[in-house]
Amino acid sequence: MIPRAIGIVSKKSTMNKHHLDFLEQLESESIHIMREVAGQFEKPALLFSGGKDSIVMVHLALKAFRPGKLPFPLVHIDTGHNFQEALDFRDYLANKLGEKLIVRNVEDTIKRQNLTETKGKFPSRNGLQTFTLLETIEEFGFDACLGGARRDEEKARAKERIFSVRNEFGQWDPKLQRPELWNTYNGKIDKGENVRVFPISNWTELDIWNYILREKIELPSIYFSHEREVLDYNGQLMFVNDFIKIDDGDKISKRRVRYRTVGDMTCTAAVESDCNTIEDIISDIIITKTSERGQTRIDDQVSEAAMEDRKKGGYF
Amino acid sequence: MDILRFITAGSVDDGKSTLIGRLLHDSKSIMIDQLQAIEKQSKNMDEGEIDLALLTDGLRAEREQGITIDIAYKYFSTPNRKFIIADAPGHIQYTRNMITGASNSDLAIILIDAENGVIEQTKRHSIIAYLLGIKHIVVTVNKMDLVNYSEDVFNKIVADYKNAAGLIGIKTVTFIPISAKKGDNIVDRSQKLPWYKGETLMHHLENVKLDEDIDLGTPRFPVQFVIRPQTEELRDYRGYAGKIISGIYRKNDTITVLPSGVESRISKIEVASVETEEAFAPQSVVLHLETDVDISRGDMIVNSTKLPEVGQDFDVVLCWMSNQKLVTGNKYLLQIGSRRVKSVIKGMEYKIDVNTMVKEPSPEQGNLNDLLRVKIKTASPIAYDSFTKLKVNGCAILIDETSNSTVAACMIQ
Repeated sequence: MIPRAIGIVSKKSTMNKHHLDFLEQLESESIHIMREVAGQFEKPALLFSGGKDSIVMVHLALKAFRPGKLPFPLVHIDTGHNFQEALDFRDYLANKLGEKLIVRNVEDTIKRQNLTETKGKFPSRNGLQTFTLLETIEEFGFDACLGGARRDEEKARAKERIFSVRNEFGQWDPKLQRPELWNTYNGKIDKGENVRVFPISNWTELDIWNYILREKIELPSIYFSHEREVLDYNGQLMFVNDFIKIDDGDKISKRRVRYRTVGDMTCTAAVESDCNTIEDIISDIIITKTSERGQTRIDDQVSEAAMEDRKKGGYF
Repeated sequence: MDILRFITAGSVDDGKSTLIGRLLHDSKSIMIDQLQAIEKQSKNMDEGEIDLALLTDGLRAEREQGITIDIAYKYFSTPNRKFIIADAPGHIQYTRNMITGASNSDLAIILIDAENGVIEQTKRHSIIAYLLGIKHIVVTVNKMDLVNYSEDVFNKIVADYKNAAGLIGIKTVTFIPISAKKGDNIVDRSQKLPWYKGETLMHHLENVKLDEDIDLGTPRFPVQFVIRPQTEELRDYRGYAGKIISGIYRKNDTITVLPSGVESRISKIEVASVETEEAFAPQSVVLHLETDVDISRGDMIVNSTKLPEVGQDFDVVLCWMSNQKLVTGNKYLLQIGSRRVKSVIKGMEYKIDVNTMVKEPSPEQGNLNDLLRVKIKTASPIAYDSFTKLKVNGCAILIDETSNSTVAACMIQ
């Protein structure tokens, strides 16, 4: 059988003058969606974490709205468990672009609302993050939040619309989704409701990396090979930090790793890697036999419907 | 390398989910952890082999009931093409979901169970694909392994289907005998079907020509957003942001702004802040005009030599997607591209029987999943083309102003 996997696609073919290749088509689709958000909503926001998908989102937003200012602020819900490299990059990028960055901390919500911290070896603030997100939406009156979720990440996401209407508790009801026809997006909502919009729904992990390569998009250093002290937990390499519980007998060692996704330190695992360039990373992903979230997210492995349940609770 | 978006129509019993699972599996798009997860569930459900259908049913309720409720989008790539599958449920009560999936598809795969042949559902799926203007229709006759890979069985189904397709109006169809479960003619040519000389399904999907599907001769540009930085150095910058849905726009083209009818010329075209001499569909661009014209979101900029229809009264064929009844006199918002206008249903022409294509004249009301031809009047003019001539500017949705839901998919006639 001929190899069927797609490889590195850094250059576009110039065979046909009036033809867009797949990355250009995806780019145009995403820009169209972002402009629909700017046109249909009073107070949109772009959720920005400093991870690769949200960095690509910012890049697309610039293509959609420059030379104007972005018609929305960048908003980060900081769990307090974020990697410093991602936070630094977040601040650096917002500053470089001269765009408004709003940061709200899960820590503050926990104090204000007397919330209980998750317990366990890897206490994830994933669930708590939803509280802060909803608080922030209310504080600023955001009616649409742009997010960098992709449908190839997870099977509940594969079912969600590009314009996903949420009720006033931010909840997703998979059985009451609006039909989404052609490229005609209906963002009409009542006061108090909001819409989560996912402009890169149709991109895959490889599309993102190929686009980063082609567009020469800057990324935080954490995505490339570096040395880090990690705990080997059933094959998952967890960064040794103050938020996880170290037990006697834990295997801790220094390894050369990189991150394939960047979430919280408590729920994102690193992968062993010597990849120093985007090309290396793409080649590595092509031969990897494990999916992005399966390999590096311990938060999705709780149950078969972990993501569906979180979304129903107001999560992204 | 480009993108092919396709829909798979058929029910679980026809092996639709197995076919998708097979395409993902044989294109190496399923990862080990995903396989392990479904292996675990397959065992939980006391099934002997891996149930590839579990890959596509993403919601808890779907897995519990073993049915597909809503569309799931799946992705795979080969060196030639990126594929986006809209996996749509096949039962009649989910017609609206199939229409949602079909609306963005270039190609439809219609599954026929070799043991059952052409059934009512096959006709319904074909009618929907036809009405939604899908140009490429592939009929896969599945479960050939259960009919001993018989050429006669295949030929009979092909003849029956051609008969039905002729009545619908479908002209070209590709037929492929397959077994999704065994992998026959999916990626590799099957040794068990030596009498079949055509392409495998994957070969067809990889090579079907899509370029001609974009109309480069009819320029249409709905304005989504006006970019006005209003800074010191960009005081006079006024750019109209949007996506070219069809045609080519060139600098110095004479254009007409609709519905106002004002003429001007294109002074500058930008793609992501880079100036260019011309731009084409489906690029997202910023257009600048020579003169100061009053243009806002919802207007359309078209080439003056190729005007669309501009009007307030027209007929649409629509799929009704709401539990509320559709009756003459009901008012909705009509959205075509970026334009939203108030509209009223002026009359009901006929209802199309989605299984037979028979037209029932003057129906009293429209119910969920009905296909109807109705007369619509809008409060202000819209610029449109007929759906059959230019799909991208002949499609609209109706929105219920009280619930905000999308209640109909309209194809303007």
